[in-house]
Amino acid sequence: MNFADLWKRSRTGVFAVAMALVVGILLLLVAGANPFEALGVIIDGSLGSTARFGDTLMVWAPLVLAAAGLLITFAAGLWNIGVEGQIVFGAIAASLVAREVSGPTWLIVTLALLAGFAGGGFWAFLAGLLRTYGKVNEIFGGLGLFFVAQALAVYLVLGPWKRPGVASTSGTEPFPRESWLPTLGSTRLSWVAVLVAVIAVLVVFYLLRGTRFGLRLKAVGKNMRSAFLLGIPTGRYMLAAFALGGGLAGLAGAVQATGFHHKLVPSISGGYGFLAILVAMLAGYAARWIAPIAFVFAMLAVGSTLLPLKLGLDSSVGGVLQGVLVLFTILAQGWQARRQNRSDGVAAGPPEPPIVPGEVG
Amino acid sequence: MSTTKVSRVLLVFVAFALIAAACGDSEPVDAEGFKFGMILVGPQNDHGWSQAHYEAGQYVAELTGAEMIVQDKVNPSDLPEKTVDQVAADLIALGAELVFATSDDMKDGILLAAEQNPDVPMIWSSGDSAWEDGKAFAGLDNLGNVMGKMEFGKMIAGCAAGLTTQTGSIGYVGPLTNDETQRLVNSAYLGAKYCWETYREETTPLDFAVTWIGFWFNIPGFTLDPTQVSNEFLDSGADVLISGIDTTEALVEAGKRASEGEAVWSVPYDFEGACAEAPDICLGTPYFNWGPAYLEIVNSVVNGDFKAEWQWNGPDWDNLTDNTKTALGWVSGDGLSADASADLDDFIAGLGSGDINLFTGPLNYQDGSVYLADGEEATDFQIWYTEQLLEGITGESASGG
Repeated sequence: MNFADLWKRSRTGVFAVAMALVVGILLLLVAGANPFEALGVIIDGSLGSTARFGDTLMVWAPLVLAAAGLLITFAAGLWNIGVEGQIVFGAIAASLVAREVSGPTWLIVTLALLAGFAGGGFWAFLAGLLRTYGKVNEIFGGLGLFFVAQALAVYLVLGPWKRPGVASTSGTEPFPRESWLPTLGSTRLSWVAVLVAVIAVLVVFYLLRGTRFGLRLKAVGKNMRSAFLLGIPTGRYMLAAFALGGGLAGLAGAVQATGFHHKLVPSISGGYGFLAILVAMLAGYAARWIAPIAFVFAMLAVGSTLLPLKLGLDSSVGGVLQGVLVLFTILAQGWQARRQNRSDGVAAGPPEPPIVPGEVG
Repeated sequence: MSTTKVSRVLLVFVAFALIAAACGDSEPVDAEGFKFGMILVGPQNDHGWSQAHYEAGQYVAELTGAEMIVQDKVNPSDLPEKTVDQVAADLIALGAELVFATSDDMKDGILLAAEQNPDVPMIWSSGDSAWEDGKAFAGLDNLGNVMGKMEFGKMIAGCAAGLTTQTGSIGYVGPLTNDETQRLVNSAYLGAKYCWETYREETTPLDFAVTWIGFWFNIPGFTLDPTQVSNEFLDSGADVLISGIDTTEALVEAGKRASEGEAVWSVPYDFEGACAEAPDICLGTPYFNWGPAYLEIVNSVVNGDFKAEWQWNGPDWDNLTDNTKTALGWVSGDGLSADASADLDDFIAGLGSGDINLFTGPLNYQDGSVYLADGEEATDFQIWYTEQLLEGITGESASGG
């Protein structure tokens, strides 16, 4: 790939980041902060010590898992907006194991992660069934299932899994320590979470790039009708994409429950599913960009929590900065789609499902 | 001794007396350069629970010269990327030598933080982890608890509601369900019932209902919406709303109805200035005044004699608004009529003198089991660990559902 190609490919992302940076700087100036100082705080707050680097990686891991899962569904041309629900359901399944199974840590953790994968996969599979057999668009099916999963989490936390004498949405009793993901030293960094995330990215990279399954999946994503006519069982491929992608999202939920909160909380997803959609978009649906882009988001999320402490900024500034980045990503995508449509001689319409370029990864 | 010497001694004495008078029992130390961390569950300007802690921290900082480092909105929905123990670690890394975790919700995180940082004194407000005779004694030498005896504040709040209601129906907008919140709903109910029956000589039973929203404040999607809950109460005939949550929706909604001509009132909670959002229909507010206790704790840490104690501090009955002394206060609002105000003063005096003890049996729990036998006065333990709502209250107990 030459430089021009690279630029063409990445300019949307670069444009989004640059615009977000400009607006972010303006916002910080309005808020009365020195933008460079703020940037320093964010970098120091996310990388400045072993503990903070660990905190950042613990946000990075679920984000990467969810984004990796999304690449699979995006490859099949599916908008898996229900990813949040799959994270939640994966977390519920993992919590069930963490609460009920006793045994050595390696066993509980393995089972909890498997349960998370199965749970998230199952929840996505339901969206897939609705899509393939019920003709329900996966965006609406996924969103509906997200609300169901969230309601289920609230029900469990307030009902069957509530703490004795307490009915609060603040969460269940913490899991027994044997069920916590093992950490490195005294930090909160779980090497298991990071390892699982790294493996997920590698698997997705290889799956989409080097396998027959991946190629056929992309064929389904690019043109379902032609793929079908060529003999690809498109329905089955879509369901497989949902199950695998949802499974990875479920793993993110399992990591959140057993490695981060150590209990089930209703907001267990942390919004990482929706954020992961943005990560995938910014990455141009390429697996190799997932990890670094997710890391930038994780840095921003973790580092900006120190803005109120160090600079006296309002604690919502971090969220606003993230929101600005998200907004410009979407704008840049829309802008690109519009340009593409124009050059194709087609009027700008609603964005097509994303198409993964031939040599993903 | 020469006269100058005498006058110098006198001067020093007077100075000390003035400081002591200004600051209650605890004299502020000079804590210039000392930093303490404050972890708030909601925004620092919520006009409720979190703001009361924040202003107590400011009070301590002003008196001692210590610096407060605040992290607000620490809960899994607003701050998904950090848990309480991570926030505590951040505060310590920034130089905090004492950390206040100011919500019931922070139990797991602050216990973990105290365990991981055994040399850093910490306070978990409203908790019971340092109460040796309590149910959840954690045995951590560096984690103390502070709480105000808000049951008195809630009895006063309930009384104000009972003295004011025209429909005989009171709605309580409750947070989540636990020992503390059931204790406070029961207190408000007892106060309302007493004043309804004693001062107004009503014989029809008071209608007193609670709806729990599920958390200390509104988190869309996870809790019931307190705005909606307030309106449902008002639609179903309640004309006084008592708030038990961290924020002021009940007062705000009642205020809107009142401006449309309805005869409704509200009693907010937590924060001295809470009435400000609808002063005309505000009957008054019971509030926490954490300042004196926090000052004492900062003093003890600076002096090196911090002890992890469980404190459950009472009001200063001589002056419920003396914020240098009292742990909880009551300010009457403009919505309280002159007659009701006189009765309320009488009630407060009775509570203060001990003539009125509403936690006296016979009192039954909601399921009919005996809470206090005839003539039995509740112990601190019985009041703190309130397992159910009392008979006569409509609403769910934690152990019920």
